[in-house]
Amino acid sequence: MDTCTCGKSHKHEIPQGDTFMSGKNGQIKEMLIPLIGVITDIRTETPDVKTFRVVGRDGKKLFEHMPGQCAMVSVPGVGEAMFSITSSPTNKEFQEFSIKRCGSLTDVLHGMNPGDEITVRGPYGNAFPVETALKGQNLLFIAGGIGLAPLRSVINYVLDNRENYGTVEILYGSRSADDLVQLEEIQQVWCKTPGVDVYLTIDREQEGWDGHVGFVPSYLKEIGFTTDKTVLVCGPPIMIKFVLAGLTEMGFTKEQIYTTLELRMKCGIGKCGRCNIGSKYVCKDGPVFRFDEIDELPPEY
Amino acid sequence: MQERLIERAKELLADGTVVRVLGWQQGDLGYNPEPAYFNGPEELEGFVYDGFCGANLSKYMIQAGKLEGKSLVFLKPCDTYSFNQLIKEHRVNRDKTYIIGVGCKGTLDIDKVKNAGIKGIESISQEGDVLKIKTIYGEKEFPFEDALLERCTVCKGKTHQIYDELIGAEEGQEAGPLGNRFEMVEKLEAMSPEERFAFWQNELSKCIRCNACRNVCPACSCLKCVFDSNQFDSAQKANADTFEEQMFHIIRAFHVAGRCTDCGECSRVCPQGIPLHLLNRKFIKDINEFYGEYQAGEDTDSRAPLTDFTFEDAEPGIVTERGGKH
Amino acid sequence: MYQIAKNRLPELFAAIAKEQDLFLPIRKCDQANYGLWSEEVQVDLDTLKTVKSGKDCFFPQSETLYSCKKEDGKLSLDPAKLTEEPFVVFGMRACDVQGLKVLDHVFLKDPVDSFYAARREHGTVVALACHEPEETCFCKVFGIDAAEPAADVAAWMIGEALYWKPLTGKGETLTGMVKEFLTETEERAVEEEQAQIRTIIEKLPYSHLDLSRFKPENTMDLFDDSRWEEMYQPCLACGTCTFVCPTCQCYDIKDFNTGDGVQRYRCWDSCMYSDFTMMAHGNMRTSQMQRFRQRFMHKLVYYPANNEGMYSCVGCGRCVSKCPASLNIVKVIKKLGGEA
Repeated sequence: MDTCTCGKSHKHEIPQGDTFMSGKNGQIKEMLIPLIGVITDIRTETPDVKTFRVVGRDGKKLFEHMPGQCAMVSVPGVGEAMFSITSSPTNKEFQEFSIKRCGSLTDVLHGMNPGDEITVRGPYGNAFPVETALKGQNLLFIAGGIGLAPLRSVINYVLDNRENYGTVEILYGSRSADDLVQLEEIQQVWCKTPGVDVYLTIDREQEGWDGHVGFVPSYLKEIGFTTDKTVLVCGPPIMIKFVLAGLTEMGFTKEQIYTTLELRMKCGIGKCGRCNIGSKYVCKDGPVFRFDEIDELPPEY
Repeated sequence: MQERLIERAKELLADGTVVRVLGWQQGDLGYNPEPAYFNGPEELEGFVYDGFCGANLSKYMIQAGKLEGKSLVFLKPCDTYSFNQLIKEHRVNRDKTYIIGVGCKGTLDIDKVKNAGIKGIESISQEGDVLKIKTIYGEKEFPFEDALLERCTVCKGKTHQIYDELIGAEEGQEAGPLGNRFEMVEKLEAMSPEERFAFWQNELSKCIRCNACRNVCPACSCLKCVFDSNQFDSAQKANADTFEEQMFHIIRAFHVAGRCTDCGECSRVCPQGIPLHLLNRKFIKDINEFYGEYQAGEDTDSRAPLTDFTFEDAEPGIVTERGGKH
Repeated sequence: MYQIAKNRLPELFAAIAKEQDLFLPIRKCDQANYGLWSEEVQVDLDTLKTVKSGKDCFFPQSETLYSCKKEDGKLSLDPAKLTEEPFVVFGMRACDVQGLKVLDHVFLKDPVDSFYAARREHGTVVALACHEPEETCFCKVFGIDAAEPAADVAAWMIGEALYWKPLTGKGETLTGMVKEFLTETEERAVEEEQAQIRTIIEKLPYSHLDLSRFKPENTMDLFDDSRWEEMYQPCLACGTCTFVCPTCQCYDIKDFNTGDGVQRYRCWDSCMYSDFTMMAHGNMRTSQMQRFRQRFMHKLVYYPANNEGMYSCVGCGRCVSKCPASLNIVKVIKKLGGEA
């Protein structure tokens, strides 16, 4: 492959002006060119989910982001994919990605060790409106399985800026107790924070589990939340569908509910075309959507 | 003949023999009919059968066979070879197919007309041996024979290999020798390796990896093509470099070797006019020479040379004798 | 307005190529495509439609973004160099020039694609008016004037002369560079040709297509139209329409293992391909009907919704002549375009 397509051999230089250069690592300020990230810690969350802590070579955070935003993580030669940043921006030291093993790239990531290098570019997409629409609101978080990843960023952001928000309730469910992501943080931090109610559930009975058993949507109806809240939902499509139905039944309107969409992405900047639904590009205009906005899109998600 | 085909299709729909018809629908430029399903007699008003119905409908029968009920399909003589081959490969359902073999006087290549400088075509009609072409820039004429697709200049003949009934077959084109279909292959064989390499490099450098050749090919019926697999380095959809390009076409030619009926669809659809059929014909010529004359799609049950073993099979020695290397 | 005798064009091309890379339609193995000029190539200015549009002079079918090496567990990235030498693209038609504007709205929108931006910045486009428009042309539908292409330099080939009119600063600079070959002439020289082109275009079979239904507010009506189900059926799911299209901009990013590291490159991709939206856990468009619908909805509804009504089709007609199954955007417009 020629790097230049002009067909003649001549010298090309990267312009040194502000247009194409940013300070860091002398990188082209081109959104498709990633930064090098170092994995500093890997936590095994569940049999198929690991959380990766990533910083730059200088030991500092790679970039700033807002809760709900994503980044393109890559192992060169294997692939590149979009993951939500699960750590809160209030964490000034590092960023974290909770990644479920489900394909060739995630297989390789799961085989990595602290000290290994990957590439990261981002942040991409919009964020949950933590500084606008959500401010001052009572919040209800509903997550299923790995769907906690994007919400964890918001939850920790809210807890770190506790005074800006009303009540916080978290409903989280998974296939089994072993599949609950961030369980330690949930039990040690969230459950112990005053004014935060946490409801955990698993799909089937299991030895050593004395908590609730049942699917998230049915637990939701059992608890019966009042409608004076804004809801943030993330999880498998089937769960979202039934949670939405449950919430509607309980009297919530679509304007009160936010979720994230997940589609195949390559560029992350609304150009490569594959996450296009209607006039939206999920990587750029999403991943966070309010349910009434989703209703206006052709149903291709 | 078109009227006879429409009439018969209406009868077969009416008496319940078939529930749909796979044929060609009139386009809007006089030379661009498209393959189409007709689900009722009223839809057949748009049915057309003329020299521009080059599309081989056999491959569409893979999908049609999965639909409810029996489908009527119109096949030209050379299309029937493809259908037979698909039966042999268990890709189509003969029981859900009603085949009307249609006579064919040769199918046309509009690019040959356009390349002769005829522009702004409004309509085309055939009068004897001549195409009368009305254009924005005046009336033009073009010899019918000069407009034939390459494959029709070396026609396999007017015999249908499989059918339930025939319409207009007597009007069909007689088998060659209109031309020797291996003429260009022989020319390539006579070239020095360097000349031959240059020939293919020039041709294949035009490839845009649109996959039209693969997708139209009745022999390319894999549910998932190896070139669409992300698990394999061949999955480059772009022309990453010339080597990749050659690998795509060479791997494809190898994969259809012994199964290719020489229907010529690959070359007909190539947007860059690459003579892809020459790769296939080289294999056909070699198979004929090594194992005896063989025409894929002539029947549905014979064992193909490359999937059969006999004590008379060509040994590597024969390749050496011809100057090849082990 | 300037002019140059047609038989002096080789000298003009040589003079440009001496200073800059010159891309123009070249005939090779019976087909015309854009390529780099040299004395050996056969320039083809008569073919109205090159197989691929001149799009790939700015957005090549395949280009490396960066190379990556791993040594002792440490990654190093080497970004590809951006184009910084000026170059000329000669012979684009008005529709293809409009195609670049469609791409500009994608690639130059924030965040800017610096690879494309560098090429746009350094490329000068000399566009040719269409002496004899063809039956597959429908640029008029999109308000494009084939008689006066809106490029850096507009040119007309009339009889034995080429007329040359710089329209932008870049066009003036190029004109200055080749002034010795040009003689000044009156604007009137091309008026008759322009009138003739416009008369022909008025008569073309596709010049009066009705786009009235393709509006953002009809998105769901069009999306749910049952006729997609009939229209897509002959589609072979190949990428011909996409790759010959001057406005299709979808791309894939892939790795090429060189044996000595990894080259991450991007290449044209097609929404018609089944793996386009494939994810580890599923695919949001599982049928060819959905993929077929996406391509045309994008060009006629979604893109205009994001770009002040500008369509992502320029009426070049390449898909009309190249689709293996004779499907194309015109058939879609005819079926769905008028008021329902």
